[in-house]
Amino acid sequence: MKLQGIMAAAVLAAGLGAAAQAQDPVKVGFIYVGPVGDFGWSYQHDQGRLAVEEAFGDQVETTFVESVPEGADAERVLRQMAQSGYDLIFTTSFGYMNQTVNVAKQFPDVKFEHATGYLRADNLATYSSRFYEGRYVIGKIAGAMTESNVIGYIGSYPIPEVIRGINAAYLGAKSVNPDVQFRVVWSNTWFNPALEGDAAKTLIEQGADILMQHTDSTAPMTIAEELGIHAFGQASDMGGFGPNAQLTGIMDDWDPYYIERVQAVIDGTWESTDTWGGIDTGMVEFAPFSDKIPPEVLADAVAAKDAIAAGELHPFTGPINRQDGSPWLAEGEVADDGTLLGMNFYVEGIEGVIPQ
Amino acid sequence: MDLSVIDPISLFVGLVAAATPLLYAAIGELVVEKSGVLNLGVEGMMIVGAVCGFATAVTTGSPLLGFVVGAMGGAVLALVFGGMTQYLLSNQVATGLALTLFGLGVAALVGQPFTGVKSPRVAVVHLPVLSDIPVIGRLVFSYDLVIYLGIALVAAVWFFLNRTRPGLVLRAVGENHDAAHSLGYPVIRIRMMAIAFGGACAGLGGAYLSLVRVPQWTEGMTAGAGWIALAIVVFAAWKPWRVLLGAWLFGGVTILQLNLQASGFLSWLQSVGIPLQAQYLSMTPYLVTIIVLVVISADRTRASVNAPASLGKSFTQTG
Repeated sequence: MKLQGIMAAAVLAAGLGAAAQAQDPVKVGFIYVGPVGDFGWSYQHDQGRLAVEEAFGDQVETTFVESVPEGADAERVLRQMAQSGYDLIFTTSFGYMNQTVNVAKQFPDVKFEHATGYLRADNLATYSSRFYEGRYVIGKIAGAMTESNVIGYIGSYPIPEVIRGINAAYLGAKSVNPDVQFRVVWSNTWFNPALEGDAAKTLIEQGADILMQHTDSTAPMTIAEELGIHAFGQASDMGGFGPNAQLTGIMDDWDPYYIERVQAVIDGTWESTDTWGGIDTGMVEFAPFSDKIPPEVLADAVAAKDAIAAGELHPFTGPINRQDGSPWLAEGEVADDGTLLGMNFYVEGIEGVIPQ
Repeated sequence: MDLSVIDPISLFVGLVAAATPLLYAAIGELVVEKSGVLNLGVEGMMIVGAVCGFATAVTTGSPLLGFVVGAMGGAVLALVFGGMTQYLLSNQVATGLALTLFGLGVAALVGQPFTGVKSPRVAVVHLPVLSDIPVIGRLVFSYDLVIYLGIALVAAVWFFLNRTRPGLVLRAVGENHDAAHSLGYPVIRIRMMAIAFGGACAGLGGAYLSLVRVPQWTEGMTAGAGWIALAIVVFAAWKPWRVLLGAWLFGGVTILQLNLQASGFLSWLQSVGIPLQAQYLSMTPYLVTIIVLVVISADRTRASVNAPASLGKSFTQTG
């Protein structure tokens, strides 16, 4: 240990003078919950990985493991990556949280970054996007455009990130349409095209004329296109699967963040941080707005988007009650990040119980 | 809660469509098991069928050709299994599991260029008068051809196994391959044909998934349907008509739980203190399968009638 320390100090001292090109490339690893070809969440993270490769060229070496189940398997994959000399590892799904924490403890010299989680350590940073800002904006479009006043929502797992999205979309829809109703179906999967497609069909049969999804496959978009209703894409531009159906979509842009973090590792300035970027940072973007959106609705949505980006509008601004009618936010009060990160309740007006 | 939003007719129509991939895979596996072979590679054969069918339909523009090639893809993979278990006498359980893993990998590889591509539509058969009858029209006459063929296939398999001489021979091979062999029946050839038929059916089921049910190709899209098909065969106690019932039940439970969730019924139950979760509904068919297994293994006479006696045993040709 001591010897290693001395050697490390010597290397550092030498490094001050010597050129950085002599260094080995920084090895960056990614694990994905779905296949990179899901054209949704995992696809978008992989775009970020490719952006890193493009930005740094020979200075980095990247790899990824796709379709890693959330659970014990993830720990095995992570440990293997850490053992094979990766410097920086991104774990890109909420369900990898405990596994990332465990492996980060065992490999203090490897830097980890966990997406959408809340547990950190000296070598474990977290990062996420304020998707709810985008969901508020698409909620406004949905609320204004629905004719049946029923919005179908395909949820994955009842975790804060997803519940927050449902609440934000509902508040957005309700701000323009007081009669709007949300029907939520929990699919208990991030990726199962057949089940997601069936959920989409079911919601449409039960009167939904606009669909939102918080699962990663393009199946709901395909079904929406086929049955001639509108839908919003998730994570990636799904317009190819629903040229008429997609109104817009919330896109995750991880490229700048990944490039910044890899740069920090190269510079030796990497620290464990908690990043939660929104529309203003460019982490949350929108797929092209469809020309099916009436001009006044589009203007309203764009205004909301700009106001959120400028910090003038927060989707969770009081007065807002919880589902049971108890007050949550007073008039003009804005939700704090802590409550948002742990959100486990619906706001007033949404029907249904969150599965426990 | 608003149960009135659940339209029983749509529920049934959705159920029949959701059950079709399971129906094809299960009826094929039933014939395979009746011949005394246990092929656990249904999932692998289904996904290969899904990718072959999708790729063909996209390149040629013909869904019909897609189904044909999907069936062929499944059959080819099944014949690999057959060659290994029947001629090289490898363990059927291990080979079947390997077939699933192999199929998933091969399908992902072949499917790379087809992710995000649109397939040609499969038309619903519209019968001029019949389809327009108020309730019955939608309930009975609103499906695509593949669904009707699936039901016809169940009838054909039932007829073949119970009313024809070759069917009797196939069952004899499955019950006691040594006896069948000593009577001069070509055990291995019969089993190879059954295995190929099972693979073709699984391939058709997979192609239905990628061409009709979720008209797109995505890696891993069968998501466990092959395993459910295996459970259905046991659930059905190796009887063709019960396979139809089982497929509708297993497919129906998925559709039902989605409907109950969307209508708010499950939430309502929870709010009045009945903690029924969607997961409980999803597991009921498997529970029933276990119960069926227990019942048929407890009752020797019934078990001997239904479960093929030579199931999963390797046949070594002597003399």
